[in-house]
Amino acid sequence: MADGADIIIKAAKGAEKGPGSAGSAAAPGRAQAKAAWTALRGALRSDWWVGALLPAAAIAVWQLAGSTGLVSPEFLPTPLAILAAFTELAVHGGLSHHLGVSIGRAGLGFLIGAMLGLLLGTLTGLFRRAEYMLDPGVQVLRLVPHLAIAPLIILWFGFGEVSKIVIIMSGSFFPLYVNTFMGIRGVDNKLFEVARVLGFSPWQRLRRLVLPAALPGILLGLRLSMAVAWIGLVVAELIGSQSGVGFLINEAKQNSNTPVIFVGIVIFAVVGKLIDSLFRLIERKALHWRDSYQG
Amino acid sequence: MGEALLSITALNKSFGTAAGQVQALHDVDLQVQEGEFITVIGPSGCGKSTLLRIVAGLDTGYSGKVTLEGTEIGGPGIDKGFIFQEHRLFPWLTVEKNIASDLPLGKPEIRRKVDELIELVKLQGFEKSYPRELSGGMAQRVAIARALLRNPRILLLDEPFGALDAFTRAHMQSVLLDIWRRNRTTMIFVTHDIDEAVFLGTRVVILEPRPGRIRKIVPIDLPFPRKKTTSSFQELRLKVLNVFEKVDELELTDGAGI
Repeated sequence: MADGADIIIKAAKGAEKGPGSAGSAAAPGRAQAKAAWTALRGALRSDWWVGALLPAAAIAVWQLAGSTGLVSPEFLPTPLAILAAFTELAVHGGLSHHLGVSIGRAGLGFLIGAMLGLLLGTLTGLFRRAEYMLDPGVQVLRLVPHLAIAPLIILWFGFGEVSKIVIIMSGSFFPLYVNTFMGIRGVDNKLFEVARVLGFSPWQRLRRLVLPAALPGILLGLRLSMAVAWIGLVVAELIGSQSGVGFLINEAKQNSNTPVIFVGIVIFAVVGKLIDSLFRLIERKALHWRDSYQG
Repeated sequence: MGEALLSITALNKSFGTAAGQVQALHDVDLQVQEGEFITVIGPSGCGKSTLLRIVAGLDTGYSGKVTLEGTEIGGPGIDKGFIFQEHRLFPWLTVEKNIASDLPLGKPEIRRKVDELIELVKLQGFEKSYPRELSGGMAQRVAIARALLRNPRILLLDEPFGALDAFTRAHMQSVLLDIWRRNRTTMIFVTHDIDEAVFLGTRVVILEPRPGRIRKIVPIDLPFPRKKTTSSFQELRLKVLNVFEKVDELELTDGAGI
């Protein structure tokens, strides 16, 4: 728009001077607008703050609505009150202890679940017989929501750590299983012929062809599994626990301590996002050989 | 001439399709001596790729006898190098790692041979490049180096330059001839380009279709390096072309008979 308007203005100015100079006057204007547009696009691409723009605006409005008394602090505490609750928890409330417990649970559950997912996914991906035997059952179980089986798991394993790990594990298993399977089935058949011509042993075929070729799928599965593990953690900790970020939220709910609930939610969001970013970084580093559209 | 390196006798191969059995190869006999450069040419459907894949051990279920150094072809292996029409490199490996593939680059012996091959196929400076960064001709040269590293007894090439432009193709032909003259690797080169067949081969095997069988074998006794513009080259080219025209005529009468 600015580009077009600029040209019209410049062209009009040029017309005053005479028809001969109109073209030459319009050209620099167009170039200027184009340079500005390129700079803006560059900033959009490279600068992280663009992603922070909308949330920052939302927080400002939120704070304003709270401090002008538009919204009751019981219902929606202001960002500053949440920040105060966060500091209080961090200094006196053993926040780092609870966070550590939560990350440990999610990590352990994720590790076991992902390992099983990778193993079974590889098995069903490689062998049709294994697929026929295992896949239908896995697909049925995959569609049962976490929350629905959580009571059963607690019934079986009690309220201790085991049931929490099992809940997290059962969630993080499926994304990696599905994506490993799909990744392996997506390997170019022509490369298998190359493996035969080069005399690869079955082990070499797995290590040098199948796994590297399926890596994009496997890494995507890992990222999704991690996200599900994180959600499973909340389910596990809200149902009944004596420690962890979920426990903090549950306790705050019973005491009507709304700011602490928000602290818990924000921690889940921020830590989750950090872990996701870490996985994205690993993905970028491991898959730099890919020749795909980068946007 | 002593014992042939590759011996094909009474080779028959048919495929089962929806329309019934189709005979791809009919009574093919071919003896290839050590160090020969055989080019195989024929119209599509003449079974030239099938022939190559049987020698490679990729296709089975044929009748007849195919032996390499006296032993029956059991299956694919590194003694029979194979170059596909597409380069088929591993996209996640660099040029040097693609050439090494399953062999450890850390071994000084492998390292030295890989470096030698990179020089042979003229890819110095691209050792650390990924396939997506290479042109079609460069990628195909990597594939050739990958096969040569394994010291194959015979190198089988299935229309390897078919997807390349004319200039790259001519360059690749001279690179391949260079390799052949230095290493004396026995080659079987399948193509549908008459010029290419006459330019590269010490013998041109002409196949005809339905069922695929050998029509004629034309020895090309021109000295290397060859020039496509010389009259002796053109003479042999016409000779091969003439055989083709007879094949075409045969096709037409066959068609008329149905």
